[in-house]
Amino acid sequence: MEFFERFMVPHPSFLIYMSMVLIALVSIALVAVVTYFKLWGYLWREWFTTVDHKKIGIMYLITALLMLFRGGVDAVMLRYQLSMPENAFLTAQHYNEVFTTHGVVMILFMAMPFITFFFNFLVPLQIGARDVAFPRLNLISFWLFFMGAMLFNLSFVIGGSPDAGWTSYFPLADNEFSTSVGTNYYMIAIQIAGIGTLITGINFITTIMKMRAPGMTLFKMPMFTWSALIANLIIVFAFPVLTVALAMGAMDRLFDTKFFAIGDGGMDMLWANLFWVWGHPEVYILILPAFGLFSEIIPTFARRNLYGYNAMVWSMILISVLSFTVWTHHFFTMGQGAMTNSIFSITTMLIAIPTGIKIFNWLFTLYKGKIVMTTPMLYSMHFIPLFTLGGVTGVMLAMSAADYQYHNTMFLVAHFHNVIIPGVVYAMLAGLTFYWPKMFGFMLNERIGKATVWVMSTGFVLAFIPMYITGLDGQARRMYTYSEATGFTTLNMVSFIGAAIMAVSFGMLVWNIWYSFKNSPRNIGSDPWNARGLEWATHTPIPSYNFAITPDVTNASSEAFWDMKKNGVEIFKGDIKKIHMPNYSGLPFVMGVFFFILGFAMIFSMWIVAIIGLIGVLGCMVYRTFEKDEGFYIPEEEVKATEKKYEEMYKKRGDK
Amino acid sequence: MAHVDHSKPLEYATEENDLKIFGFWVFLGAEIMLFGTLFASYFALVDRTGTGPTAAEIFEIGPVLAETFILLASSFTIGLAIHAMRLGSKKATLTFMGITLALGLAFLSVEMYEFVHYVHVGAGITVSAFTSILLTTLGTHGLHVTLGFFWGLSIMIQIAKRGFTPATANKTFIFSLYWHFLDVVWIFIFSFVYLKGMM
Repeated sequence: MEFFERFMVPHPSFLIYMSMVLIALVSIALVAVVTYFKLWGYLWREWFTTVDHKKIGIMYLITALLMLFRGGVDAVMLRYQLSMPENAFLTAQHYNEVFTTHGVVMILFMAMPFITFFFNFLVPLQIGARDVAFPRLNLISFWLFFMGAMLFNLSFVIGGSPDAGWTSYFPLADNEFSTSVGTNYYMIAIQIAGIGTLITGINFITTIMKMRAPGMTLFKMPMFTWSALIANLIIVFAFPVLTVALAMGAMDRLFDTKFFAIGDGGMDMLWANLFWVWGHPEVYILILPAFGLFSEIIPTFARRNLYGYNAMVWSMILISVLSFTVWTHHFFTMGQGAMTNSIFSITTMLIAIPTGIKIFNWLFTLYKGKIVMTTPMLYSMHFIPLFTLGGVTGVMLAMSAADYQYHNTMFLVAHFHNVIIPGVVYAMLAGLTFYWPKMFGFMLNERIGKATVWVMSTGFVLAFIPMYITGLDGQARRMYTYSEATGFTTLNMVSFIGAAIMAVSFGMLVWNIWYSFKNSPRNIGSDPWNARGLEWATHTPIPSYNFAITPDVTNASSEAFWDMKKNGVEIFKGDIKKIHMPNYSGLPFVMGVFFFILGFAMIFSMWIVAIIGLIGVLGCMVYRTFEKDEGFYIPEEEVKATEKKYEEMYKKRGDK
Repeated sequence: MAHVDHSKPLEYATEENDLKIFGFWVFLGAEIMLFGTLFASYFALVDRTGTGPTAAEIFEIGPVLAETFILLASSFTIGLAIHAMRLGSKKATLTFMGITLALGLAFLSVEMYEFVHYVHVGAGITVSAFTSILLTTLGTHGLHVTLGFFWGLSIMIQIAKRGFTPATANKTFIFSLYWHFLDVVWIFIFSFVYLKGMM
């Protein structure tokens, strides 16, 4: 291919030209607005260089919501294409690209940053720490993730999107069958974001193991922190596998190595195995923090302690171990023989046991509770039945003999959306609504919020239940069209209507944020939900040092704040002292930019530019090792003055 | 600035140092998974030589033994460097670190020769799945040694300029963990790649 030809989109269409124009216009508008309001300095000083875990968390949140929009547009396009037989809205190639990016964006660039937002925002507060163990590294994680995400999103206007599915199986993903640079984007953008995630994992394991408040033993940790610990352990042990797989895939495409090639001894099944050795634990990296959030929300609004704390913890540990033993169930039909399939069938079905334990524990928490049906609680109440349905169809799929009927059909698509949406997405939105007042000092409107849940669940059921039926009738996944004679038309139209209704519900969420920003009262105090965890024992907005006095939970349970409120347990003992804080730094951003340059140059095989990018990355590391950075102290008087200001503010506003 | 606890060795003396050592152990956990994946892939691909040579045809015991002894010796000298650091001898620490890095460089030179040899006998990285995984596994280890070389060098400069502070002692100790780890990985490469391949 000619050098400049590679930068062109290989299969341009009106839609892609339109998005190019839109991207250009939105970028110009953003730059203009920021420049007009003279915000560059503010953004740089307060956000791009921040090492404050709360602000880094909010940057993850913003990215996740943007990516939710992008992946959602993909989803609606897919469903519209299939709503009518022989639809000419998308071509086969364009359809391939859209389902590939929908999957990658939703899993890696929406769900992952969303849970990382919760890790960042909640974990240090729940364990009574001032920040994470390595604040600077935390910012590097964010910028690597962000640059990876942006690089990936660049693909559909420069060079073409990846089109081999989010699983990117070889030999399909090799140069011979995926001729554009799209799959290079896949291999390299995900690699950069993945390194960021791995660093996050190391950071949070260290934070949770080493920085808990005095008196907080492992079995007195809040349930979300437990889920975060286990998810991060899975990250550290699963992501290196992806690192190797992506490196091999990139080398096959760029340097003509023969790992997954068709001839010369290459082994395409090695990719499938490595991908899913990472990919299946990845599912639990997403769902365990979601379980953790539900375990925070359900006791709060059932006004009861979480039922079966120990069982909850051990079931998560069991899930994390089993998650590494089931990967083959993603390709039962790809020839490993009856014995292997049977073993993986059994390990897969075993996961239903600890998951079932968790479902029953939530139900027992509700039993005889004084349930307050707030928006986060409503999400949780919709989660339990819908997720259980998804879990049961998962057990159906786990039976390898029966899987030959379901494999690669819409039944499978219905199943994994049925666990991911009510599981992960509902948890994220419930958690977002629950912690919104803690972050921004006002509550989201409850009426709009509850209506959103109902609209979303209606859309969800309409969109995905029909897929179970068409899947059993033989509608294959990833097919861009079908003939009228198949009889799939009506159900696919219903599915499209469901997707459109879900789109409306996300619009309602955005509307709710705007409406509440305008209308919600600000004098809500620091505990508007009458909640239970240590994270609610701070002021709102949370001061940069989180807790003026490090909490001591020796005499409290895992719900320390509840013990303080209801039983008068003293948590904040001793006097205010000077507080050690980390310095802000611009280096992580610079490093992220060099990673972006390196990645972009590798995608297009521009080796001189790639070497410049690499030198930049290494230069940042050398600079860091020679840098003297010992942080700074907030003096005792300043902490006291800040604390006094909060008291005055509460009094003036008349907070509860 | 931070609180220094003199009852502990200098590299553990502040809370930050303690966190960094713990964090590095977690990182080594990830590294074990990384090399574990490479080994698993190696075992899957070792007999898939296509039209290219097999392991027994290209391996030579000479350079491999040299690499092994050089790297094992460097693991010993980095241990001596840490011992010297605990005794507070700057000069001995720098000397042993210097020897360690020189051995690292010698290792890399032999490995470079070895790679040139493989290309020469028709076992370049693009020849077959076996040569791809062989050179990637060895190359990943070699890349770690190369990065370690420059990292160690920058730490030596810091010790020379700033002496033993909680920060420099911490870096030296963590570097020694890294270096020992690379040695352990090499022992697996020596046993399961070379010896098994030559049998």
